[in-house]
Amino acid sequence: MKIQEADAKSLLVAQGLPVPPWEVAHTAAEARAAAERFLAAGAGQVVIKAQVLVGGRGKAGGVKLAATPDDAERVAEAILRLEIKGIPVRKVLVGPAADIVKEYYLSAVLDRASRRIILMGSADGGVEIEQVAADRPDAIVTIQADPLLGLLAFQARQMAFRLGLGAHLKDAVAIAMGLVRTMQADDADLVEINPLAIVRETGPDGTAIERLQCLDAKITLDDSALYRHPALEALRDPDEEDPADREAREAGLTFIKLDGTIGCMVNGAGLAMTTMDLVKRAGGEPANFLDIGGGARADKVAAAMRLILADPKVNAILVNIFGGITRGDEVARGLIEAREQQERDVPMVVRIVGTNAAEAAILLEQARFETAATLDEAAQRAVAASKGVVA
Amino acid sequence: MSILIDRTSRVVVHGLTGREGSFHGAAMLAYGTQVVAGMTPGKGGQMALDGRVPVFDTVAEAVRETGADTSCIFVPAAGAPDAVMEAAAAGIRTIFCITEGIPALDMIPVVEKVRAAGARLIGPNCPGATSPGRAKVGIIPASVHREGRVGVVSRSGTLTYEAVQAMSDAGIGQSTCVGIGGDPVIGTTFLDVLQLFAADPETEAIVLIGEIGGAAEETAAAWAAEHLRDVPKAAFIAGRTAPEGKRMGHAGAIISGGAGTAASKVAALEAAGFRVAGSPTELPQLLRDAGYRG
Repeated sequence: MKIQEADAKSLLVAQGLPVPPWEVAHTAAEARAAAERFLAAGAGQVVIKAQVLVGGRGKAGGVKLAATPDDAERVAEAILRLEIKGIPVRKVLVGPAADIVKEYYLSAVLDRASRRIILMGSADGGVEIEQVAADRPDAIVTIQADPLLGLLAFQARQMAFRLGLGAHLKDAVAIAMGLVRTMQADDADLVEINPLAIVRETGPDGTAIERLQCLDAKITLDDSALYRHPALEALRDPDEEDPADREAREAGLTFIKLDGTIGCMVNGAGLAMTTMDLVKRAGGEPANFLDIGGGARADKVAAAMRLILADPKVNAILVNIFGGITRGDEVARGLIEAREQQERDVPMVVRIVGTNAAEAAILLEQARFETAATLDEAAQRAVAASKGVVA
Repeated sequence: MSILIDRTSRVVVHGLTGREGSFHGAAMLAYGTQVVAGMTPGKGGQMALDGRVPVFDTVAEAVRETGADTSCIFVPAAGAPDAVMEAAAAGIRTIFCITEGIPALDMIPVVEKVRAAGARLIGPNCPGATSPGRAKVGIIPASVHREGRVGVVSRSGTLTYEAVQAMSDAGIGQSTCVGIGGDPVIGTTFLDVLQLFAADPETEAIVLIGEIGGAAEETAAAWAAEHLRDVPKAAFIAGRTAPEGKRMGHAGAIISGGAGTAASKVAALEAAGFRVAGSPTELPQLLRDAGYRG
C-alpha cells in the first residue's frame, strides 16, 4: 500500500528522524493560512507540494515555491486544479522552503535477490534513483542489513563515509538506522528519502549552521502485514482508491482495472496474468486483472461479476478457472446466479477445468453458457465476441 | 529419481486437523505419499485422516516417533514463520510452506535460520511439489500429472497446473514439478531448483514458468546457459500485459522502476537457450523442437 508523503513523514518523525515541519491543506485558503504561519515563523519562502500517490510530481508542476501568502494561495490553487498522471490533486503539503546545500539519496529496500533489507545511498540525490542506476551505477552504494540483527551501526557509518557525509556522521548514522527501524516497525517494503539534504539554517545566535534533513519521504507498506497495523491501515487514502478497488478488496478479490474491453475472471495470479496475455495475443485488450483466489464460492464469483460489469467499456467476458482448491461447480453456480442478477447482458465465454469440471459442464450447458475447452480457444472466442464477430 | 520429494519422504503436516490440512493431507495420502504425522498443538494423541495418521503436539515429537523428514505447512500466516522455525529446529530437512500472506520481513530471519540449520524451505505461498507416480506434497491436483522426465519449476499455482496438464495431455511426463512461490522472500529460488534438476539423472529436460517482478528468472537463465547447455529447455513468462507499478496478485509480481518486466525475462531466457512459449499450451511442442524425445 502506498501512503502520502505527509503520512510517510509522520512515520519518520515517530522514529525520531529529522523532518522539517509541514501542514496539509485541502484548499487554497488553507494553504495560504499555513504559509502565513511558516513565513511568520521565519521561513524565507514556503514550498507547496501536490499530495498524490504517483511519482513525477515536480515535472508535472505539482511542486512550487511561494514567497508571500498571496503567492502561496495562487500557487496552491493552481496545483489543486492539476491532474497528475490521471489523479486529481485534492490536497497539498505546505512547509518552509529549505536552503539546500547538497542533496543525497537514502533508502531502505526489501531486496528480493539477497533476501535482506538493503540500505541504498547516493551522493546524487534529488533525481530519480532509477536514472542514476542506469547512468552511473557506481554512484549507488548498497549495504545489506544483517538478516537477524538488522542494520548495524558500523554499517551505517560505512554508508555515511562512502556518501561523503563524514562531517555529519552522527546525524547520518541516526538517519540510516532510523530508516531501517521505520521499515521494521511499520512492515514497509520501501522507505525512501529523496532528497536527504544538508540544509543551511540560522542558529539561535544568528550564525548559519548546516544540518541533515529528510526533505521528502516515500513509504510503501507490505499489504500482508497490515492486519497487525490497524493505525497504518487507516492511512489508506480513500481519495485515491478507486471505488471498484475498494469493493474488490472488501470482497477478498484481487482486481486491477485496465483499459481494454474484455473482462477477465480467473483463479490464481499467474493464470490471471496469462489469461490477460492471451487475450492480447488473440488481438483483444483485457479490461482488468481479476484473481478470485483459491476456494472461491458462488458469492465471491457473483461479486467478481458485478465488478467486471461495472466497467462500461466491458463488452465481453472471459472466465477461466483451473480448479484445484477451487471447485468448478461452485464457480458455475456463481456464474448462473450472477447472470440472473446482472443488469446488462454481455457475451461470456467460460472455461472451467480441474476439480469438479464435469459437474460444472453440466450446469453450464443447462444454463446455456458458451463454453470453451482450452485457454487459447477461450481467449480467441472472447476477442471475437468483443469485436462483434459471431463465433 | 526425482528431486525434493519421493517415495521415501516421510511427511509431517502442520495443521493436519484444520480444513486445508485435512483435505490436502488426505489427497497426499491417496497419492501414495507417506504422510506419517500431523502436528497440531493441543491435539497430540488424536488420530487424523480416518484414524490413519497420528497427531502430535510438537514437530520434535513427530520426528522422534515417526522419523518424519519433510514437513508441509498449512497454518495461517501469523503462525507460519514459527511453524517453519519449529520444523527446522526439529531436524526436518525439507520444509514446504503453502501458507499465503506472510509479511515479507518475517521471512528474512526465517530463511536465514533455515539455511544455517542445513534445511531447505520451499515457499512460502507455494503449491508444493509432486514427483509423479511417487509422492506429492502440497496442493497441486494429482490429475494434472504424468510420470516422466521433464523437471518443472514455477512461481505460480494454477498456471503451473495449466502448463503441466498441457504437457501431460501431449504425452510428456514430469520427473518433479516444483512451485517455489509468488512471494518476494522465498526459501528456494529458480536457480536452486535448476541446480537440483541438473544433478538428477532422471530429469532430461526443463520447463521454467516465471512471471513479472524481481530478477530470479534472469539469474537462473544465466546459470542454465552455462550448466544446462545441452538440456532441452522451455519457458513461459506470465505478465506481458501487466502495467508497471501494480502488484499483480502475488506479492512479488510487480514491475517497479522499469525492472522485472516480462520482456527482460523472455530475452534472458531466450539468450540462455530456452524456447519461450507465447501460451502454456505451446510448451510440449517447444520441448520437442528443442530435441526432447521422452
